[in-house]
Amino acid sequence: MNDPADLVARALHEVASSAELAGLDAVRVRWLGKKGELTAALKQLGALPAAERPAAGQAINAAKERVQSALEARRLELESHKVDRELLAGRIDVTLPGRGEELGALHPVTQTRLRIETLFGRAGFDIAVGPEIEDDFHNFAALNIPQNHPARALHDTFYFPDGRLLRTHTSPVQIRTMLARGAPLAVIAPGRVYRCDHDVTHSPMFHQLEGLVVNENVSFANLKAALHGFLTAFFERDLAMRLRPSYFPFTEPSAEVDMGCVFCGGSGCRVCKHTGWLEIAGCGMVHPNVLAASGVDPERYTGYAFGAGIDRLAMLRYGVNDLRLFFENDLRFLNQFRAF
Amino acid sequence: MKLSYAWLKEWLDVPWNAAELGARLTMAGFELEGIEAAHSDAILALNVTPNRGDAMSVLGIAREVAALSRHALRTPDVALASVAIADIFPVQVEAPAACPTLIGRVIRGVNNCIPTPAWMRARLESAEIRSISPIVDVTNYVLLELGQPLHAYDLARLRGEIRARYAQPAERLQLLDNRVVDLAPDMLVIADNDGAVGLAGIMGGARTSVTAETSDVFLESAYFAADAIRGRGRRLGLQTDASQRFERGVDPSLQTRAIERASVLLIEIAGGKAGPIVSQVSSTHQPLRPEVVMRRAQLARLLGVRFDPQDVEGALRALQMSVRSVAAGWEVTPPAYRFDISIEADLIEEVARLVGYAAIPEHEANAAHHFPALSGAQPAEAAVLEVMSARGYHETINYSFVDPHLQARLFPERASLALANPIASDLSVMRVSLWPGLLRTAAENQRRQQERVRLVEHGVCFRVEGAETAEVDTLAALACGPRMPEQWGLSRAARVAVDFFDLKSDLEALIGATGAPGEFGFEPAELSCLHPGRAARLLRQGRAVGWLGELHPMLVRELDFTYPPILFELAFYDALRSERAVFRDISRFPLVRRDLAIVVDENVSLSALRERVILSATSLLQQCRVFDVYRGPGLETGTKSIALGLIFQDISRTLTDEDVDSNVASIIAGLRASLNAKIRE
Repeated sequence: MNDPADLVARALHEVASSAELAGLDAVRVRWLGKKGELTAALKQLGALPAAERPAAGQAINAAKERVQSALEARRLELESHKVDRELLAGRIDVTLPGRGEELGALHPVTQTRLRIETLFGRAGFDIAVGPEIEDDFHNFAALNIPQNHPARALHDTFYFPDGRLLRTHTSPVQIRTMLARGAPLAVIAPGRVYRCDHDVTHSPMFHQLEGLVVNENVSFANLKAALHGFLTAFFERDLAMRLRPSYFPFTEPSAEVDMGCVFCGGSGCRVCKHTGWLEIAGCGMVHPNVLAASGVDPERYTGYAFGAGIDRLAMLRYGVNDLRLFFENDLRFLNQFRAF
Repeated sequence: MKLSYAWLKEWLDVPWNAAELGARLTMAGFELEGIEAAHSDAILALNVTPNRGDAMSVLGIAREVAALSRHALRTPDVALASVAIADIFPVQVEAPAACPTLIGRVIRGVNNCIPTPAWMRARLESAEIRSISPIVDVTNYVLLELGQPLHAYDLARLRGEIRARYAQPAERLQLLDNRVVDLAPDMLVIADNDGAVGLAGIMGGARTSVTAETSDVFLESAYFAADAIRGRGRRLGLQTDASQRFERGVDPSLQTRAIERASVLLIEIAGGKAGPIVSQVSSTHQPLRPEVVMRRAQLARLLGVRFDPQDVEGALRALQMSVRSVAAGWEVTPPAYRFDISIEADLIEEVARLVGYAAIPEHEANAAHHFPALSGAQPAEAAVLEVMSARGYHETINYSFVDPHLQARLFPERASLALANPIASDLSVMRVSLWPGLLRTAAENQRRQQERVRLVEHGVCFRVEGAETAEVDTLAALACGPRMPEQWGLSRAARVAVDFFDLKSDLEALIGATGAPGEFGFEPAELSCLHPGRAARLLRQGRAVGWLGELHPMLVRELDFTYPPILFELAFYDALRSERAVFRDISRFPLVRRDLAIVVDENVSLSALRERVILSATSLLQQCRVFDVYRGPGLETGTKSIALGLIFQDISRTLTDEDVDSNVASIIAGLRASLNAKIRE
């Protein structure tokens, strides 16, 4: 009878030499199968004297266990090699681009308008709208700009043959909203407006933001706080702001709103014409005639109103240097403005 | 307005240098637009708002600077020209409401061919006024200094008398600039016995204008009511230094002072002897500034800050207002030249302006909390645009006015609204659809070598319905070019041109997002700008809410598109208003799928087929999908095979074969009977 230690040595050698799982299985059958060599050695125990059988049995069983565990270890090892080879074969170039549709984008002016609507919405303002084709009453007369008023010369108005016009500002929405809803109210009215003027800084169509707050004790101090709060939130930084006396027929007192230049921080640059300030809005306390024309009692209520250019806010936010780009709709331009 | 710093200093001690003066004036409502250094002077360009006609002169700004600096205005010598001759020329006023004051004087023996002195020429030039002759220059100089427009006539050419009256019917006038204008009956003129010699307050006439040879002049100084001047010049395309001032309001007490100043200057420069001043003054038509009450409480309420009463009174007095303190506040009478002060708020602004807007604090208002309506009836624009943008579309903003030829070519059946004064002929009618703008933008991008264009736009279209114009809130999209962006690893099918069904899928995404896709349907329809066989009307609950189709091949050629654009357009609210979702229970039992290939005549639409399938099945049929449409070998010409995936499921039990078999049998029978369908094995 063969020495179990010798058998084990031969079996382990075969296990270690198996490079494939199939070969390894053949080794298992040869040594541990029904007709395997170690199985046969066990069967030959009967030929030994009774006194030797227990020790020889133990030795063979130990040998079987050793071979068994070597087989198992080798099997795991070979399987792992196999997976490694498959993984290696399945490698891809992860730097190739993804497949499918590309992303579009919202227009930068729309993004700016939505941002403005969100900010004012959080501050408790509703959104009001009005028609783009207006009549003289809503666009001028009710706003304290009678026929022949010199302020009309500042509005290059598009007219229709029947006397209607394209609104020159969003201020008529003030009138319509007060007539429809009465006081108190707090609204913004963003929208398209039109002036027959076309050059580097003027587009015949542009976007304005109107704001209107009417209540029993609304003050100029409230107006200042609202504008400063909005500008700070919109530009995401502490900005200097100043109000300069000005004239709008529909507000009294009236003011131009300047904010510290967002490009130079107020030290003076080309954009702010070296003044450190950028003109950003017009505002004032609603003229009593306007309140009265809109059915609001000017003795009981006061109000403030402001108007700003949405396109200008967008230009400052994104650093766009030519207003006309917004309306040329070049895809290479529209593709640049994406953000969550 | 241009202002000479040196000239200003003749009127008061200015405690600031030119730059600082500009900054002070800016913060007082006269925005500095620039400073130019001139020979030993600085010229400030100031923006004077249209309500402040009184500030359109050196005197006017000097008054403001006096109020701001609390320095006294120097009252210059009110030198009177000595009356050396007795000659007069008569003046008459027919329209005293329009011309409450008309004065004039004769000056004889002026030498109008000598040059104007350099100092005067320099000041005129600093205000961008060309030097012409001593007579004209003097009138312009006084206008700049005091704000009173004057007119000088060649006395030898005047006939009889001058008269302020309204223009007569069909009256014409040749102006100084030689233009001949037709006068309207609401235009005030100055006329002599031979007719109009000037458009009052705007421009003089050619017939009586002074020339180099003029030696005898008639100087006119008038106060015209702003209402009688406003708008007239603009109607004739005229805006002059005189009309700008009269339209905004000239000091009604200034006429004599101005004519004296001009007389003295003229005689000093060009010699001559002055006659006595003749005048027509209607005391009942003089403009009066009303007394205005300013309540202390209202001042504090409107500005949101309490000012010291002393500061309030000081500010008003510095502006030459007469101020009386009363229990509630102040009774204030503004000076005659302050046409902009007529109500309490005007005074409040003056106080704030003088104290400085910077002195008003920032106070956040106490906001009342309220909840505005939030409903699918008003679809959120941002969400709609985000859906489109996620599907590769770029939002565009096009002008609301478009090319009338393109629009008429696209929509010959829709009336459009034309502008009376368009900025360009190709931007002259209001859009009736967003497609003209989208097509133009797509074509331009194609010209810029952007092969693949996907655009979406949201905006108003203007539909003319009889005398009414409806502003229709509209969403439209255009896709043109390859179906997918250029990329690796996609089959050639991805590189073919986008077609009707690609865009339909994007439209269906929007429809799906309303939460009520079952309300929508498509029906074949014709629109002249669309391919007649590839156009559909979108219906919602039977109502037309949009269009979808491929641009007509003729237009594809005319507009020079490489690929045919596919377009849709929706009525924003009607098509996209959404329904609140309501939960439906989800079945826990397995679904069963049966596929059928059905051969039908070519003209049987899927919707007809699907309708029949649904009618023939029980409620166990959950979905009826199309997974193939086939034409070609194996089928008779004029027929097609549609492969349907039928999905059955029950909410409360596992389906048996019999459940499904009986449904499929019923569907097949229904299709055979109604659509002459065959089942393909």
